[in-house]
Amino acid sequence: MAVLYDRYSSIVYSVALRVLTDTVAAEDVLEDVFMQLWGNPGSFDSSRGSLGAWLAVISRNRAIDALRKRCPASDIEDVVVSITPDLAADADRSRVAGKVRELLGTMPAAQRAALELAYFEGLTHTEIAAKTGEPLGTIKTRIRAGLTALRKAFQE
Amino acid sequence: MSAHEQYAEDLTLYALEALEGEARANLEKHLENCSGCRQELEQVRGDMAMMAMSATGPKPPQGSRQRLLDAIAKEPRGLAVVAGRAPRFNWWAAFGWAAAVAMLVVVIQLRRENWALRESVEQLDSLVGKQTIELENARRVADAITAPDAQQVELVTAKTPAVPRGKAFYLRNKNSLVFVASNLAPLASDRIYELWLLPRSGGPPIAAGLFKPDANGSASVVNPPLPAGVEAKAFAVTLEQESGPHDSPRGTAVMAGGA
Repeated sequence: MAVLYDRYSSIVYSVALRVLTDTVAAEDVLEDVFMQLWGNPGSFDSSRGSLGAWLAVISRNRAIDALRKRCPASDIEDVVVSITPDLAADADRSRVAGKVRELLGTMPAAQRAALELAYFEGLTHTEIAAKTGEPLGTIKTRIRAGLTALRKAFQE
Repeated sequence: MSAHEQYAEDLTLYALEALEGEARANLEKHLENCSGCRQELEQVRGDMAMMAMSATGPKPPQGSRQRLLDAIAKEPRGLAVVAGRAPRFNWWAAFGWAAAVAMLVVVIQLRRENWALRESVEQLDSLVGKQTIELENARRVADAITAPDAQQVELVTAKTPAVPRGKAFYLRNKNSLVFVASNLAPLASDRIYELWLLPRSGGPPIAAGLFKPDANGSASVVNPPLPAGVEAKAFAVTLEQESGPHDSPRGTAVMAGGA
């Protein structure tokens, strides 16, 4: 577990901190995620994706749960993540992080805002539509298009 | 198998855990049977993992690693309990609890019905007991008046010649009539006495029983068939042909008395 912590704790903690903007709360999520992995090691199926990617998604979801003060909306064993880049090595993660930031920087502002509000603030499309004053359908389309753009960038 | 386009946006929201209500339920139902959409969901989560990379940077605080390893050392692997995590809903347990609650409701209802029935039985027992006592009293009265071996003594003024006498006990609301007579003259073999109830309403006399005196001139009529609830103005006895008819008085009046 110490090895896994050393390799992936920065992903887990960074995502939680970005969502919660509170170091103590982010540390709670970090501990929660690793304790769940320790308590239920079978929840991650290594044949179906990268552990780093899986931990990043679990961490983001748990942080949103904590932010919205709700019970976890999904069980970790139900979360399956399929991703092309391997996020095991620091170098891979740095390369992916740089490329994602670059892509986000080139996205239309409204699309990037919709994606970040949904991803890092856990707002529903209804809440984003109310906040931005734009139609629900437009918000849904922007969120989807934003994530699809990330995927395409790594398939090229 | 490819994903269904109509679910594409909802799949994204579902992966972000932002899909709620009916739309979420509909999508989960669809995912159970659509491997294409399940694969797309895994891909969207992969996109989410890449999005997470944009946040990488800060390292966890010093001491965090040791706290986690200390916590792990206290928890047996595979049995860790994670604070704040909602337990998976156990339908069998829920069914068991629901069945237990339903049984409890049934038991309470049965106990209530049992108590109500027991109360009714006790009330009926009490009523039957009271009516038994009343019936026994009535039977004793009737026996004293009508039994063949009952001693009947009539006291009259000394040296007064014996005259036929009759006494009627009529309880209209119970449709009960007891008539006893004494000092009746012996009858010819083809004759018979007939008792009549004369209604207060002024209708025709109602036949209330045929009788013949015994050797002592005594006779009685007990609870003859009568129409219900007739108020009596008087009773009378006539001497009739035994062969009838007996539906209305045709013979001579022997005695009569107003009620």
